[in-house]
Amino acid sequence: MTGILKTPLWERHREAGARLVEFAGFDMPVLYTSIVAEHRAVRAAAGIFDVSHMGEIRLRGPGAFAVAQRLFTRDLGKLSEGRVLYGLLCRADGGIVDDVTLARTGPDDLLFCVNAANADSDLAWIRSVWNDHARPCELLDESAATALLAVQGPGARAIVDPLLADPGFAPRRWHCVQTQLEGVPVLLSRTGYTGEDGYEIYLSADHAVAAWDLLLASGGGGLTPAGLGARDTLRTEMAFPLYGHELSLAQNPIEAGLDRFVDFGAGFIGEEALCRVRDAGPAERLVGLAIESRQVARSGYAIESEETVGKVTSGTFGPSVQRSIAIGYVQDRFSEAGTRLAVRIREKSVGCTVVPTPFFDRSRRPAGIPTDTTNSRAP
Amino acid sequence: MTQRKDYEIPQDCRYARTDEWIRSEGESVRLGISDYAQSELSDVVYVDLPAVGRALTAGESFGVVESVKAVSDLIAPVTGEVSEVNLELEEHPEWINEDPYGRGWILCLRSLAGPDATDLLSPDAYRKFVEERSGS
Repeated sequence: MTGILKTPLWERHREAGARLVEFAGFDMPVLYTSIVAEHRAVRAAAGIFDVSHMGEIRLRGPGAFAVAQRLFTRDLGKLSEGRVLYGLLCRADGGIVDDVTLARTGPDDLLFCVNAANADSDLAWIRSVWNDHARPCELLDESAATALLAVQGPGARAIVDPLLADPGFAPRRWHCVQTQLEGVPVLLSRTGYTGEDGYEIYLSADHAVAAWDLLLASGGGGLTPAGLGARDTLRTEMAFPLYGHELSLAQNPIEAGLDRFVDFGAGFIGEEALCRVRDAGPAERLVGLAIESRQVARSGYAIESEETVGKVTSGTFGPSVQRSIAIGYVQDRFSEAGTRLAVRIREKSVGCTVVPTPFFDRSRRPAGIPTDTTNSRAP
Repeated sequence: MTQRKDYEIPQDCRYARTDEWIRSEGESVRLGISDYAQSELSDVVYVDLPAVGRALTAGESFGVVESVKAVSDLIAPVTGEVSEVNLELEEHPEWINEDPYGRGWILCLRSLAGPDATDLLSPDAYRKFVEERSGS
């Protein structure tokens, strides 16, 4: 296989017997033992994900804020040093280029973490805006040089914090800090994509294997390597969108239900278009569906009332909610919670109901596992 | 190279190239999917079972096994009539992963043509067939 990319941890995944599949151009572990077992480990204890395929794009210098504010749907006035915000990059027509996090790692230092599948198009888009700008800053693509490990779950902090240079200064939710993990310089971000507490740890690709081994050794049986399969079931239970499924250039953040990550008045590209969508109301909306069968409503399946009224964008059997769940776009008038619809699964109509999201309710977690109700990644 | 996995392939079964196994039990045969098949699918969440009494022709697709990540057709390796189905799989589809040749059986067929009528593989031939596909 020529042209397929590998993360610095590829050998570790192979040695562990992971099933590797191509994702966004990378040979990535989809599972090590079982998607369901890895999913449950993250909800009950902690899991470690290699997400080094994701892209990191930095803007640095006096003009960084001005360029980033044109690109990003959040008000950067909220982005104090050490904060992380979730938001969108949009075209002038409001179409979504990508959903990203933006971390302020210094006074004039901004780091976008972007989806692997979009890393090239994001860089081109960011560069075009950067080029147009009067006060250019440095624009750095750090994707290849950067590894990213996500340690997620109620047990994540107990594993990571003792390894930090200054354990008392662990970042709060939606914050990040430059620190060291047993001497290895890292950017430690209290964010994630699972609905659980935990960290995303950015570090030099050269240190990835050592950090992976260190974390697993420290975590012992309480830290389980988890693949992209579990990452997908975890995020689906939280109804977190995935670019290429819920989000695309043809979709805007209002339809996608991401209104609270759009700060009108901030001055970003696409704001006027999104203002019009907000005022007129979107033609369709992203909804959660509870399926009345164990069958999985997969991406692309039709959602029906009398006729087709929408399309599934993601679906799975939720290991924690123990039912078949899906996310999809439906015409606005069918988007009310409680609306009875059906999904066409292999030529058969299977009943479903529009339900509020997230599907997974942390407060219903079994007793004995610590909960943290402030803990919610975006969407 | 993928890591070599040691799939269980019992000697008392014969195997279809579509990864079903059958085991003769007097006048009928019991059917399920192989250890290799369940491992490839992983995390089975749903099995679509045919009705008792339905006549199946060898090569016919008669249902699906659905996992978290994929859907796979079930193909009848022999011609016969469904005499029994494993209704417990409706509650416990994960048995297909945990015990594919035991509690995870799918159905019994009263064979009409006899199990020798179609192109089934011996355990040794099936092992070779699996190894070719898993690249080990």
